[in-house]
Amino acid sequence: MSDKDDTVTTPSRRAFLQGSAAAGGALMAAGAARAQGQGPDPLITEVQDWASGLGDGVDATPYGLPIEYEDDVVRRNVEWLTADTISSINFTPIHALDGTITPQGCAFERHHSGAINMRKEDFRLMINGLVDRPLVFSYADLERFPRENHTYFLECAANTGMEWAGAQLNGAQFTHGMIHNMEYTGVSLRVLLEEAGLSAAGDLADKWVYVEGADASSNGRSIPMEKALDDVIVAFKANGEALRMEHGYPVRLVVPGWEGNMWVKWLRRIEVTDQAIESREETSKYTDTLADGTSRKWTWVMDAKSVVTSPSPQSPITHGPGPMVITGLAWSGRGAITGVDVTLDGGVTWQKARLAKPGEKMALSRFYLDIDWDGSEMLVQSRAHDETGYVQPTKAQLREVRGLNSIYHNNCIQTWHVKESGEAENVEIS
Amino acid sequence: MSKFLKGTAIAALTLAAGPALSETFGLGREALPEEIAAWDLDVAPDGTGLPVGSGSVEDGEMIFSDYCAVCHGEFAEGVGNWPKLAGGDGSLADEDPLKTVGSYWPYLSTVFDYVRRSMPFGAAQTLSDDDVYAMTAYILYSNFLVDDDFVLSNENFLEVEMPNADGFIVDDRPETEYTHFTAENACYETCKDSVEITMRATVLDVTPEETAAEEAAAVEEAVETVEAAVTDEAGANDDAMPAPDPELVAAGENVYKKCKACHQVGEDAKNRTGPVLNGIIGAPAAQNADFRYSNGMKDAAEEGLVWDHAALTGYLTKPRDYIKGTKMSFAGLRSQDDIDAVIAYLSTFK
Repeated sequence: MSDKDDTVTTPSRRAFLQGSAAAGGALMAAGAARAQGQGPDPLITEVQDWASGLGDGVDATPYGLPIEYEDDVVRRNVEWLTADTISSINFTPIHALDGTITPQGCAFERHHSGAINMRKEDFRLMINGLVDRPLVFSYADLERFPRENHTYFLECAANTGMEWAGAQLNGAQFTHGMIHNMEYTGVSLRVLLEEAGLSAAGDLADKWVYVEGADASSNGRSIPMEKALDDVIVAFKANGEALRMEHGYPVRLVVPGWEGNMWVKWLRRIEVTDQAIESREETSKYTDTLADGTSRKWTWVMDAKSVVTSPSPQSPITHGPGPMVITGLAWSGRGAITGVDVTLDGGVTWQKARLAKPGEKMALSRFYLDIDWDGSEMLVQSRAHDETGYVQPTKAQLREVRGLNSIYHNNCIQTWHVKESGEAENVEIS
Repeated sequence: MSKFLKGTAIAALTLAAGPALSETFGLGREALPEEIAAWDLDVAPDGTGLPVGSGSVEDGEMIFSDYCAVCHGEFAEGVGNWPKLAGGDGSLADEDPLKTVGSYWPYLSTVFDYVRRSMPFGAAQTLSDDDVYAMTAYILYSNFLVDDDFVLSNENFLEVEMPNADGFIVDDRPETEYTHFTAENACYETCKDSVEITMRATVLDVTPEETAAEEAAAVEEAVETVEAAVTDEAGANDDAMPAPDPELVAAGENVYKKCKACHQVGEDAKNRTGPVLNGIIGAPAAQNADFRYSNGMKDAAEEGLVWDHAALTGYLTKPRDYIKGTKMSFAGLRSQDDIDAVIAYLSTFK
């Protein structure tokens, strides 16, 4: 590679903001092809090194990472949120991604006792409790069961939680980045439960499975048997390759449409029980306190939600007036996204955005609205519709029902104030 | 179902106990009773899963002070951003509710279950069941829910009344939200008269502003520091410590991940749950004036403990055996390679 001194600095958001501020808010033509009248473009008229010399051979990087110019597209942490990174969360750079599949390397992490390092050979999964045959599976055993492939989003229940009291974090990564969307390969939990036999459980209607991980936090959660037998997967691959350590290598649980905390990583035990265990994660955390002080529990489902990922505070408009793409993500834990509306005037008028492809159940949908921007300021919002007829509410509508003390399950409509400069800010509007 | 499945199902039918779900693959092996006992530790609200045992508030206070207070405070009031375990009584309807074991947790079983399975942070599953009873009793005491002579056991466990036991309802969104947030109510034209910006995130200014370039610079600087330290060591032949092997230092940096929840190193290091470790190699014990060491550590320092390779090896192998009463809740490093590596890494911080 070339010497560091030759490396052109990647334009950062800060540089952009500073630049535009210095120019008195005038627009920078950053990254634009040279305008007419400035003479021929040397990138075209002069023979470039890459057009003359040779590039890297195969195997230069046995497992490739994104090119250095994309090194700002990374997970980021908000340090003041938690006491320590061992028990903390970071955020997917959704402002810089497109399509719907989240690459594992930048998919957000959430650990309660740190990401543990376990070899496949040391993996054991126990099924016990009200089963006919308590069993232990090795990783190799799991690979011998019939496999399924499904793409699902995982959203932390706390995603957008910091925004309850008001606009706080300035960037889609921070307001909505506790989400990722991957194609999972694994075994249906139903198949494993049937392998252990459920006759001993009797009537399954009031039974539960308690699932826990091998890490020190165990992160135990109770799941009603109906869900356990429906679509839950014991997964060992994501996006075609092994799970990353930070996502539960070698095996994690996939609980489609339900809050991320239930997707237990480093899965080690599944117990069939006749009651919810009411673990720490389902009582002191992941419960939702209403205005009168009572709290909702067992709020498992993630309701329909969407966000415009660009333009957004970390992804400002850099090209000035003219054709541009407004894009974002939409998802619902209760089924497929059927449509997304976008407003540019803060909700006075709404128009239908274009879905990149028909919505898939409990998976991210990508939407686009192709506009001809006149350069005036915009208050951009999106709102998702799902197949149940549910429409994503405003923050005011949610506050009316839940009060201001809630943390989790904030699926409100998000507003970006896009200024004439192209810069965008997280705001709340009337 | 596939043909393959039907074939195995016939063979497996004789093994299956129940007729309803009879198709099995015969994979896995039976879980042994000792294995189930080792892993099946969960305790349910009705007391299912509670082990036989007991512990007093008095004992709990000692254990809490040793293992928990560094994060949760001597009186369970919480240190910094770590969870507060006591207080907040009657605050749940306030603007900023304080959710603690006393004010919020509906079941005592959750406390026992969580402490036994996951605490202390960094040394989970090192306490005896009696210790867990004692700590649970102390947490109740710190919330004024029991008296100071209280002894908690599996026998009186269910008699303890949790103040917020009736404070929860099952998810009612289907009735309170789903019926209102519908497509019929979605407006498209002239939905409001005017729009005002009422709040801006930039006013608060709490968003991280690191750029990739800054991070890269910071990493480079750190690498240079290590390299410089290594070079210095190599250059000074009369130095008592041999230059650490860069590979060992790198391995140590990885091992150090286990330590950095509590200990900081480097230029801006501050005391946190544990003291700063800059210059720790070869230094006398308990020399950081701003850190509150345990009495055990102070005693060891008075007896002349110096953190040389042998002492650190002893301490890091089993901290609580090496220094009785140490505050460090870390269970210890199992491998000598890890210990050598982390010592090499720490030796680069002067």
